[in-house]
Amino acid sequence: MSDIVITAENLGKKYIIGHQAESGRYVAMRDVVMQSARGLWHKTMDLMQGKPIIPGDTMEEVWALKDVNFEIKRGEAVGIIGRNGAGKSTLLKVLSRITEPSAGRVTIKGRVASLLEVGTGFHPELTGRENIFLNGAILGMTRAEIRRKFDEIVAFAEVERFLDTPVKRYSSGMYVRLAFAVAAHLEPEILIVDEVLAVGDAEFQKKCMGKMGEVTKGGRTVLFVSHNMSAVEALCRRGILLRAGGLILDSGAEQAIQCYLDRSYSIIGGMPLGERKDRSGTGRARSIGFRILGDSGSEASSLQSGRSYTFEIEYQNDSGAAISNVVCSIDFYDERNVRLMMLRTSFSNVTLTLKEGRGRFSCSVDDLPIANGSYRLALFLSHAEREILDYIEDAASLLVDGGDFFGTGSQGMPTHCRILTRSAWSNE
Amino acid sequence: MRTPEIAVEGGLPPPEEPMLVLEPGRAEKNYWADLWRFRELFLILAWRDISVRYKQTIIGVVWAIVRPLLTMVVFTVLFHRVAKLPGDGDAPYALMVFAAMLPWFLFSTSLGDASGSLVNSANLISKVYFPRLIVPAATIVAAFAEFLISFLILVALMFHFRFAPGWNMLLLPGFTLLALLASLGPGLWITALNVKYRDFRYVIPFVVQFGLYVSPVGFSSSAIPEQWRLLYSLNPMVGVIDGFRWCILGGDSPLYGPGFALSLVVVAFFLWLGISRFRKMERSFADSI
Repeated sequence: MSDIVITAENLGKKYIIGHQAESGRYVAMRDVVMQSARGLWHKTMDLMQGKPIIPGDTMEEVWALKDVNFEIKRGEAVGIIGRNGAGKSTLLKVLSRITEPSAGRVTIKGRVASLLEVGTGFHPELTGRENIFLNGAILGMTRAEIRRKFDEIVAFAEVERFLDTPVKRYSSGMYVRLAFAVAAHLEPEILIVDEVLAVGDAEFQKKCMGKMGEVTKGGRTVLFVSHNMSAVEALCRRGILLRAGGLILDSGAEQAIQCYLDRSYSIIGGMPLGERKDRSGTGRARSIGFRILGDSGSEASSLQSGRSYTFEIEYQNDSGAAISNVVCSIDFYDERNVRLMMLRTSFSNVTLTLKEGRGRFSCSVDDLPIANGSYRLALFLSHAEREILDYIEDAASLLVDGGDFFGTGSQGMPTHCRILTRSAWSNE
Repeated sequence: MRTPEIAVEGGLPPPEEPMLVLEPGRAEKNYWADLWRFRELFLILAWRDISVRYKQTIIGVVWAIVRPLLTMVVFTVLFHRVAKLPGDGDAPYALMVFAAMLPWFLFSTSLGDASGSLVNSANLISKVYFPRLIVPAATIVAAFAEFLISFLILVALMFHFRFAPGWNMLLLPGFTLLALLASLGPGLWITALNVKYRDFRYVIPFVVQFGLYVSPVGFSSSAIPEQWRLLYSLNPMVGVIDGFRWCILGGDSPLYGPGFALSLVVVAFFLWLGISRFRKMERSFADSI
């Protein structure tokens, strides 16, 4: 039975990005005038010929998506995972017809509704009631359909009392609740959802998850993008892993998540730390390598709570002399971008001296006190807390999986709390 | 409670399930059918534009009356009393000016709104699919609603001057449509260009301001020397305005045949140009907005 509703063949999406050429230090007025005049001429010619004008002097093609092939069957719930910039959102945009593919083809059977953002098209001057109809129509519902579900939407959003108030007077919580409520009552054959569950307070998020679960179990085809692995795992049976615009793995959701996380203790972007551009600071000294060593002194691939690790940083000092009085900080962030833990030299009253050229230093932690989950590390180097030498916000990411911090076999409750502390109890 | 959907769960697919192919450069065969399918969205966007138009203003919809009325007074004084231009036959000059003011405001508001419409809905365009033609078309409906309000003033003025319309009045809807089409063509073209090159947002206010004096709004087009009239009719609004005057003032303002035909051709040309350019650029809106 041909029950395939979405087929993507060699799908690709290309963007052209312009770069401004760096101009030399001394520029003659004449050259500037000439260059601007030439630029204007070329732009006018391009405009006449209907070619796109790209600002900048050199152009670069970027394939946000390349050679992606997959088939999705009716009723499947598929999680699409990957890092930022892996092409997830581009894929969803192509599938929902917002943008056209540059290569390959997609065949879709059935009505598609896409939900790439909650509250698309909400107008602040209109009342809650009016916005329900407006937003519903934008998402592809008919008036009759909206009218039928109106009460349900209002009840879900918990905004009964404010239905006739312009939404610009709403609190931000009410606003997103209403927006999600409309979206949640879409009933297309194929639903495409991008990271929209992260709205509202914890309680409402739980409600959203419940609603999404209902939708996926209702036999609808759902494509779901999220960075929240537990949400993907709960909602989807199948997972597609994207990386740098290509499809790397198409398998069960758990396996795809595992694969995604396995690559997780890695320098983000796959580039050696020294070549990364997304850094700030003066750069007199920079971190160029990062490793995590386990008990045995060999490199650890994934971490377990309660065990001991050594974080090793390799640096490059280009200042021509040793830099003393250096502070280093390794900051751990969770998926919600909360800074959970800082390993900082100054807390231990330690200062580092970075010798000229290359060198390394390390930091050991006993009993890693964080629960299962994935984390991101930021690396910070400063000279005497004044001059920031080097700061990489997304230096590495790592996965903590398993381990026995408490010695009781308990994992703690990773979804509730990420910090682990042993405690003694007495009962008189 | 969710309504169970039997059609989705196994079994045969619904009979008229749309099959969609997305490919680079593929001209969509069912574009116009799609446009029809999204008619509810079109209506609701038009309704939004209308209901939002005068929110947070004090006199609200009165603006739709004040603007053309004041312009009419100024033009009547300037062109009739000061410049002493001749009117059309026996018709009151003020009525003649207002008969032109109606289509002119319809044209300029819809052109202005349509040309900025896509950029103003950037958020929608980058997040949801629908035939993009809906957005500028919906703004034109809002301009049309304003036109209807101003039309009431015309009726009031005709009562005031005790001026009875002839049978030509029945053809007015046709000329109204022509005014809408005249603004839709350039409007579509410019709103599409505006997505890529924001230069064009500065073009429209200029065109509108300029056009008010170039078009026969404050004076009768019979004031134009005979040998220039055909050339003058290259401005599509000349045909539209003459048509309005002919409908409202009747025999006092005869329609200049060749000029009107030329205006029709120009309107048709711009409409074709606007739609074809728009459709060509439409596919990359989301990437460049």
